[in-house]
Amino acid sequence: MIGLLQNLVDAANLGSLYALAALGVGLLFGILRLVNFAHGDFISIGAYALIVPSFEVTAQLFIGEWNWALMIPTVTLIVVIVALISDALVFQPLRRASAPTLMIASFAVSYVIQNGILMIYGARPKAANLWSGLDTPILLGELRVPLLQIITIGVTLALMVALTLFLKQTRYGVMMRAAAEDFRMAQYLGVNGNFVIGLAFAISGILATAVSLLYLSQTGTLAPTMGVPLALFAFVATVIGGMGSLLGAVVGGFLVGFIVIMLQAYLPEDLRPFRDAFAFTFVILILLVRPSGIVPTRAFIERV
Amino acid sequence: MKSGTRPSLVRRFWPLVALCLVVTAIVALGSLGNDELQVTITEMMIRLVVVVGIYLFIGNSGILSFGHIGFMCIGAYAAAWATVDPTWKQMMLTGLPDFLQNNQYGFLPAVAGGGLLAAFVALLLGSAIMRLSGIAGSIATFAFLAIVQSVYSNWESVTAATSSIIGVPTVVGPWVAWLFAIGALVLAYVFQISRFGLMLRASRDDEVAAKSSAVGIVKVRLIAFVVSAFIVGVAGALYAHFLGILTADTFYLSLTFVTLAMLVVGGVGSLTGAVTGVIVVTVVVEVLRHMEAGVAVGATNLHLPQGSQEIGLGIIMALVMIFRPSGLARGREVPWPFTPAARRAKVPAV
Repeated sequence: MIGLLQNLVDAANLGSLYALAALGVGLLFGILRLVNFAHGDFISIGAYALIVPSFEVTAQLFIGEWNWALMIPTVTLIVVIVALISDALVFQPLRRASAPTLMIASFAVSYVIQNGILMIYGARPKAANLWSGLDTPILLGELRVPLLQIITIGVTLALMVALTLFLKQTRYGVMMRAAAEDFRMAQYLGVNGNFVIGLAFAISGILATAVSLLYLSQTGTLAPTMGVPLALFAFVATVIGGMGSLLGAVVGGFLVGFIVIMLQAYLPEDLRPFRDAFAFTFVILILLVRPSGIVPTRAFIERV
Repeated sequence: MKSGTRPSLVRRFWPLVALCLVVTAIVALGSLGNDELQVTITEMMIRLVVVVGIYLFIGNSGILSFGHIGFMCIGAYAAAWATVDPTWKQMMLTGLPDFLQNNQYGFLPAVAGGGLLAAFVALLLGSAIMRLSGIAGSIATFAFLAIVQSVYSNWESVTAATSSIIGVPTVVGPWVAWLFAIGALVLAYVFQISRFGLMLRASRDDEVAAKSSAVGIVKVRLIAFVVSAFIVGVAGALYAHFLGILTADTFYLSLTFVTLAMLVVGGVGSLTGAVTGVIVVTVVVEVLRHMEAGVAVGATNLHLPQGSQEIGLGIIMALVMIFRPSGLARGREVPWPFTPAARRAKVPAV
């Protein structure tokens, strides 16, 4: 029983990270029909921005050493700027391109960022110690929960509430929802397309930063491709949840976290290394049974 | 095809002939060069087989596939299982079935086996996912790539997992690779002008209209998927016998990126585009690689930092997508050179 509860907490923790990453992917997909492979690399940038550029194996914290009240806005700003630059240089000229073209373009952006990191920081994974004080377990009855997991889940919930309020209550949020509903119509009604898309990139950068800080403080390692698995699972989550639906992205994120942890915990020993294969097989199955996901949106229904 | 008289046989096959001539000329010139150039040419021919294979599916069906490098992985490992020394297999790959573990097969059966296994997997996967179009289809192929990666990099008793398969005989040189490149070109071109190819292209251009003209979209897509997986699987087998050593992470995102970049730079819409892309990207990557290695200017050695090769490729790809979205070949085949200039403007692109 206690083992199951422990697994559920782990699932909520991992699901939070996937849900945050999936929100970033889903937001851009909703407005731009862009499946953004580079989202994982935005996450990597958030982590690498914390350390001193060098080829050393042990990372020397730089921005990461600052007081968190200053450090978090600085890192967020860096990631948001990278996201906006990639929009301006690559995606803006491709506004009229088809969805597959955009997908390949984001693949190119991802490749460039990964190799850019490799060029500056070297290819080897690095150890980095961010917020190591937060590992202390908290006892809830017999359950031992690391403080960090509680923070992860809390931050995720807070960000989701904030995003919901932003989308529902503010002028810009309404514009973004209108653009996601019907981009051309929203433009006719006076929504500035490039502005809304820029805003979406900025928000997806903020979400990516949250993932990078939480993920780095949990794993303690940096690698140029560290964001790739996160982005892959985020796609999976958005697909399962229903492409273009933000609620779906969150539901999908938690579901994928749950599936991965449960496979990890309950698969027989010799099948455990193939956990990801099972998770991705599940994706293909979902696509076949319910191509529009758990929370279908109009956006993804291909019209005849 | 244009209305009116049916073009003569020579003219119908002219683009294929032209492309084969170009490829042959490259290999012939390359075989005069040093060892390093031979290696480059061999790798280029193998990539040509991969890209032509991928083109056969993406170009004709219009569905973007990120999964084909998974077929390459399957083909490469299958061929290696056949040709590696049995004593090594009995020690390291204990999970292989007996006929593979205790025997050693020749190069050609191994290559055929690699292609067939890839085609078989494509048949299974394709019968499930070929009814998905657009983004759903692309994501499904991506999931397939991730599955192959996860299985091949963890299945200790069959793929040696992280400790790689060694001792694959390195029998593939420029002319062997050339032979397969020509074969792939012929197969792709014949498919493209066959009725299946035409039906598939019709479904790519207008799914609804094709359906209402009695095109069985799922079926023709599946045929293309299987044939293209076969070609890519064969390329994987060649690659294994070129490298001599196999690890699963050779066949993941980087190679997917390079091959897709080749296809996009050249243009997804035509076989000429696929070939152009391979040639141009190989030249660019080689130049950047040499610049990374350094150019001696006087006493100092000027060189670009590590990673410039990849970044340069990414930038070129983005530039082509922005400024020439249909690729360098613009979706056309090599034009018939003997059309009078006045009429040339009227000849429609295929």
